[in-house]
Amino acid sequence: MDFISAFMVNSTVQAITPILLAALAGSLCARVGVFNIAMEGQLLIGAFCAVAGSHYTGSAAVGVAAALVGTVVFSLILAYGATVFRGDAVVICIGMNLLASGLTAYLLRQLFGVSGVFSDPNIAELAKIRIASIQSIPWLGWIVSRQTVLTYLSWALTALVAYVLYRTPMGLRLRGVGEDPEAAGTMGIDVRRYRVVTVLAAGALTGLGGAQLSLGTVGIFSEDMSAGRGWIAVVAVMLGRDNPLLAALACVLFGIADALSVKLQAQGLPNQLTDIVPYVVTLAALVISYRRKRGTRLA
Amino acid sequence: MQMVELETAGIVKRFGTLVANDGIDLSVARGEVHAVMGENGAGKSTLMSILYGMQAPDEGSILLRGQEVRFRSAVDAIDHGMGMVHQAFKLFNSLTVWENVVYGREPRRGPALDRRAAIAQVGALAERFRLSVDPTARVGDLSVGVRQRVEILKALYRDARILILDEPTAVLTPQERDGLFDVIRTLKADQRTILFVTHKLHEVMAITDSVTVLRQGRVTERMATRDTTPAEIIRAMTGRVVNLTVDRKPATPGAAVLDVQGLTVGTGAKPVVDKLSFRLHAGEIVGIAGVAGNGQTELIEALTGLRRPDGGRVTLSGRDVTEADVEAHRAAGLAYVPEDRAVTGTARAASAADNLLMGYQRKAPFTEGLRLNAKAVAEHARRLIGRFGVKIADETVLVGTLSGGNLQKVVIARELTHQAPLLIAEQPTRGVDVGAIEFIHAELVAERDRGRAILLVSAELSEILALSDRILVMYEGRILADLPAGAADEDRLGLLMAGRTGQAA
Repeated sequence: MDFISAFMVNSTVQAITPILLAALAGSLCARVGVFNIAMEGQLLIGAFCAVAGSHYTGSAAVGVAAALVGTVVFSLILAYGATVFRGDAVVICIGMNLLASGLTAYLLRQLFGVSGVFSDPNIAELAKIRIASIQSIPWLGWIVSRQTVLTYLSWALTALVAYVLYRTPMGLRLRGVGEDPEAAGTMGIDVRRYRVVTVLAAGALTGLGGAQLSLGTVGIFSEDMSAGRGWIAVVAVMLGRDNPLLAALACVLFGIADALSVKLQAQGLPNQLTDIVPYVVTLAALVISYRRKRGTRLA
Repeated sequence: MQMVELETAGIVKRFGTLVANDGIDLSVARGEVHAVMGENGAGKSTLMSILYGMQAPDEGSILLRGQEVRFRSAVDAIDHGMGMVHQAFKLFNSLTVWENVVYGREPRRGPALDRRAAIAQVGALAERFRLSVDPTARVGDLSVGVRQRVEILKALYRDARILILDEPTAVLTPQERDGLFDVIRTLKADQRTILFVTHKLHEVMAITDSVTVLRQGRVTERMATRDTTPAEIIRAMTGRVVNLTVDRKPATPGAAVLDVQGLTVGTGAKPVVDKLSFRLHAGEIVGIAGVAGNGQTELIEALTGLRRPDGGRVTLSGRDVTEADVEAHRAAGLAYVPEDRAVTGTARAASAADNLLMGYQRKAPFTEGLRLNAKAVAEHARRLIGRFGVKIADETVLVGTLSGGNLQKVVIARELTHQAPLLIAEQPTRGVDVGAIEFIHAELVAERDRGRAILLVSAELSEILALSDRILVMYEGRILADLPAGAADEDRLGLLMAGRTGQAA
């Protein structure tokens, strides 16, 4: 019973949030035909802006707002680079990831005079919302209650993204733009505009993810703290085949794998070994989904 | 006197020094089916893209029901009641029929897409114009003929009064074509106007009310269909008398050149090419008829060495070439005119001389030790350019700049010169104009008479019927029928192509 504690379930749920938001962003971009693999850098920019905003004002809400604005501005590179300037999205994204890593480390030194890790009592963290009627229920209380507002928002956004994509005229147009931009253009759709707006909206989603990363637990920024979460989100997008709901499911799977690795470490296994668990699960999931895809084609 | 629906006056469109449209006057009455004919490069496509708002004319005006209009974009033209079905469909394969039709103009209920209303509207529209389509089917699962109906539905959903059909029958079986003609008649009865772009004469005679013929960017003839003859139209298109029927003596087949036994491509219960067997003899042309996607492409890939078969045996001039690569096939005696001349058939960034040399580069006199003999290469190229009438400045010009018909002549010239016992010709005259078709057909028959075995794959039934001594009908990877030319006609082949053997047997 005590193999996985309720507290750990709680921390797993909040750890999923940034990956989930990034995966939603990636799914949206894929739907308009922009292969976004810059989520790693976008999360990092979001995390940095959130800490900076929170530090200067002492308000977590301002921190989140700063993360939104900062990441959307950062995403302009991809939004315009891949449309107006006709750049290759993958190349642009690699550049953005490198830029985010260097830029945040540089600004950390310039603005706060530290390198490596920045923590300060002035950084306001996101509050954990306790829902009185639920929090006393065993297990469920730890999953559904005691989370940050961003975690609840990420669940709502998952539903919203799926609704917009599959139930609204805008979603239909988005899907068309991704499948055949030329055909969409002949039906009077401004393909470029749809792409720019979608990439920026995806930027906002990753901004929220970044804020959760730095303000969701202890209110701290460390260099390269996105630590591969953006890449896991890329894998989730691919596993979900651009469907935001399936991508969310993949994120939950990764969260469970992550919790498992922590647990195994607590059991006394060396952490070098347990750290690979999420990645092994990722690889296994990719292989399985690839085999399944091949299977359907041959049938 | 019928009302004039659409008129153009003195349309001029230039691309650099080339004048694609040189003062075109067109007059189309309401509710008529109007054919626009012409050879490749006559200016049909340019004129249509101007009428559909995709390009702006340099001079001249468009009048719609007497009012001058200026289309700023295709969407603007659609808003003025224009509709166009392109040759290459512009559909989203992963979406359903109704999603494709309402795309960009969706019925809403609150913020959401009104799915039920959309399906009902599309269904009603389909019923009204007798376009039988299931609105909830996924477009990727539909046959080409049905996809075309979806394209027509798209235009009708936007209330198109004038519908431009660009080579609409090129991809259809005869039965599907008849279905399209029924739809056109329904549209006509509803006072819609149809512009029918084609270069198939029998279709013009069958369905249209009047014809405008273009040549070199000008209108050469304007006539009522019932007052004209195919010969007259051809003269207007080419400026000379063209012999449409292919003169040929009966074949005198010799020894088997190609022997295919149980050839299989793909695995599983339903391979793409399914245990297929046939023989091809010297001195005969065998045509393969079939709706695209029934394994023809894979069969040819397996026969040319582009793809390893998954089963069976292929013997070429007595040599087992089942597992051989392309080079070994060529060495064993294969010449190949591929379907896609721009991608497979030629190297676009190379000169005509280089393209005409390909495949001979290791032979004398083109090679001297390790070097190529540039003079021999150039002479060879000039000789072929002259003999096949390729319109090109000189042999150093890059073939990427040539028109489709000229590019095809480059491929045909190179492959016919190979003197291989077997020639596989895939869609040898697709997109080639009437004059060039006549030439290519005559060359193929001449090669047959010289004792070559020719395997002809064509989507054009009239071509199969005109050239073949024997016709194989492919359906779902198998040969459904092996008919001597005399026993085949369009109706019978059409039924077989649709997989029906009952009536044909």
